[in-house]
Amino acid sequence: MSDVATPLNLLWLQSGGCGGCTLSLLNADCRNLVDTLRSFGINLLWHPSLSEQSADEARRIFEMCASGETRLDILCLEGAVLKGPFGSGGFHRTTGNESMMHLLERLAGVARHTVAVGSCAAFGGVTAAGINPADACGMQYDIDEQGGLLGEDYRAGDGLPVINIAGCPTHPNWVMETLVAIAQGEMYESNLDVYRRPRLYADHLVHHGCKRNEFYEFKASAHKPSDLGCLMEHMGCKGTQVHADCNIRLWNGEGSCTRGGYACIACTEPGFEEPGHAFGITPKVAGIPIGLPTDMPKAWFVALAALSKSATPRRVKENAVADHQVVVPANKRTRLK
Amino acid sequence: MSRRIVGPFNRVEGDLEVTLDIESGRVRAAFVNSPMYRGFEQILAGKHPLDALVFVPRICGICSVAQSAASAQALAQSMGIQPPQNGRLAANLTLAAENLADHLSHFYLFFMPDFARDGYRDRAWFTDVQARFKAVTGSATADVLPVRAKFMNVMGYLAGRWPHTLSLQPGGSSRPLEEAEKLRLKILLAEFRAFLENTLFGDSLEAVAALDSEAALYAWMEPRAQRADFPRFLNIARDIGLQHMGRATDRFISYGAYSDGTAPLFAAGVWAEEILHKLDIGAIREDVTRSWMAGDAALAPHEGRTQPDPDKADAYSWCKAPRLSGKVVETGALARQMVAGHPLVRDMVNLHGASVTARIVGRMLEFALVLPAMETWLRQILPGDTYCLPSHELEDARGIGLIEAARGALGHWLDVRNGRIHNYQIIAPTTWNFSPRDAVGEPGALEQALVGLEAEEGGDAAPLQVQHVVRSFDPCMVCTVH
Repeated sequence: MSDVATPLNLLWLQSGGCGGCTLSLLNADCRNLVDTLRSFGINLLWHPSLSEQSADEARRIFEMCASGETRLDILCLEGAVLKGPFGSGGFHRTTGNESMMHLLERLAGVARHTVAVGSCAAFGGVTAAGINPADACGMQYDIDEQGGLLGEDYRAGDGLPVINIAGCPTHPNWVMETLVAIAQGEMYESNLDVYRRPRLYADHLVHHGCKRNEFYEFKASAHKPSDLGCLMEHMGCKGTQVHADCNIRLWNGEGSCTRGGYACIACTEPGFEEPGHAFGITPKVAGIPIGLPTDMPKAWFVALAALSKSATPRRVKENAVADHQVVVPANKRTRLK
Repeated sequence: MSRRIVGPFNRVEGDLEVTLDIESGRVRAAFVNSPMYRGFEQILAGKHPLDALVFVPRICGICSVAQSAASAQALAQSMGIQPPQNGRLAANLTLAAENLADHLSHFYLFFMPDFARDGYRDRAWFTDVQARFKAVTGSATADVLPVRAKFMNVMGYLAGRWPHTLSLQPGGSSRPLEEAEKLRLKILLAEFRAFLENTLFGDSLEAVAALDSEAALYAWMEPRAQRADFPRFLNIARDIGLQHMGRATDRFISYGAYSDGTAPLFAAGVWAEEILHKLDIGAIREDVTRSWMAGDAALAPHEGRTQPDPDKADAYSWCKAPRLSGKVVETGALARQMVAGHPLVRDMVNLHGASVTARIVGRMLEFALVLPAMETWLRQILPGDTYCLPSHELEDARGIGLIEAARGALGHWLDVRNGRIHNYQIIAPTTWNFSPRDAVGEPGALEQALVGLEAEEGGDAAPLQVQHVVRSFDPCMVCTVH
């Protein structure tokens, strides 16, 4: 339980990533995130995009945290840990020639809460794709295996493992709400799912609230980008399997990936970066997608898909392969029952 | 002479370290180190060509749409397809929204807070500027974050989300707009225009775009120096002489921005030796003499290699050193407007050469020039017309994508063999600007721009002038090395 009377010091560092989770965070739905964090007792000790301190001034902040002179309440890492080349961490050195990998180890050792922001920091993410040139890993995971930089047994000062706010990028409010929960002393292990993602967003599927649901129901599918139909059958969409609430809370006002006309590529899931097929093409066996909806028995899916395809209304069928509604919903001439 | 290593530089995107040789209180030589390597070009090898659209935006969270746009263009060229008009307009709007949001973040969050540092406590403008621009706590941060977040709602309609969209496709845009959504976008653009006119400029965008000389700029600034943010900056800049700081080579490159299918809004070209030249893409080479990269020959991007060599003697950066006809060039908003021929920046560079002030003015002009263009593109979109053509599978093909990101010229060189990516080479804007020395020992643009600045031999924070010049380029280090 945190002491809300004393502000919690938050230190945010970046390593093997793109900075996109920070840029996403700047879109947070609040008057401004610094004031909002402060109102929950979080003091932004240093952030690479926002703080004044540069060079030696910034390094002194890191050292005071590592030595315990400044209490490090929340350590956030954005970006993967780069272990290469040959375990030296040399693909990312901080000034003073220390590897960022080593600095992170020192800071995680004193942090009361350790938070991996984004799929790179959590699991390795896109930085670990392909031949994984920089030998990237997550803070406490190598893709979907426990380990990573800190090892399976790591626990932060508060007793929790690394909290994985997975996503590529993270939704700004996933980060805000996780930090607020920590500040309020309301973040327990039971609030985290099997990959230690906060359940505040991970207990949903991307499919929930998808605008294309009527097309999904009838298996009326898009064939090319900009078609209005369901993206699951041909376009690589994994929204029925992926844990996140992107179509419930939406992004940048009224957006989401599926609303943007493209597949959910599972960016909150460990290993999404290497799906084993082209991202935009659904892998199938005998015409049936191999990635079936979560909790759906295969026989039922096949039977229902065949039935619903045969029952597809003309409106749904024609709109699915058009980039605008070519048939609008009919108006009934009687009062709706 | 003493040597000082200055880093980590914050309020730039990604990681940066600068080594300064200092003599008699001035920088005598500078060495720019991009200290992080991830290896996207190695990651992309062997992938399905269209998978590039998933990976390249993730090079950079701040220029993700720019990376997408360059990749979509390289893929379209390899496939021999041309997006339809709606697709092109949607892509222009998406890229312009990112570029303007980046200019906004740069000015308010990254660049201006340095003038609120204690080192300027004795200046007449300090109290006002500190209250406005102090990092994190200044009133500007509180004003700008919600404005920026609201403006980025245009991405919700155009791109699904930002950063990391897949809406920009070789055949156009995957996101058709409905008539009602055009109206919502129109309102968002109007709100952003109001912020720019009331808070940033204290004047209409059209009046700012019409400023045509340095004298006209300062005359325009005078009555506004206390009540709008860009004039506030100009007042500071003139007081501390920022027009004399940060000159590099005065050779500028732009790939041309926002094409309507026939002509770009801002022309492509090279400005050098005080005249405009045609852009010759074939004259680009990437030198790796002082980079931690294997090889010694300077290679054309299509033949480029990316093989890290962390123990290479005399190397000091993961960044390669792109050169145009063997020469160091500068890219960015200033370069774009120099090449496009805006009279205000042409006059400023004619008077003093490139500078901190001129680079900021280049960005500010783009708010005034690009937002009205966005309003026009939005009107031209015709719901019901085609947004996207299907992509083709590729066997063996090459393609080049050349676009202008907020920070300047971004190029993607794609080589597909047997249906897979054989080689994917990227030269990002800050790769040009922050490159290390080359085979003949010529320093990169920033390395040249830092020479002669005031720098204490001891000291704690990075020298102030050095910070202004570094940030005047709005560096994006994650793009630089990728």
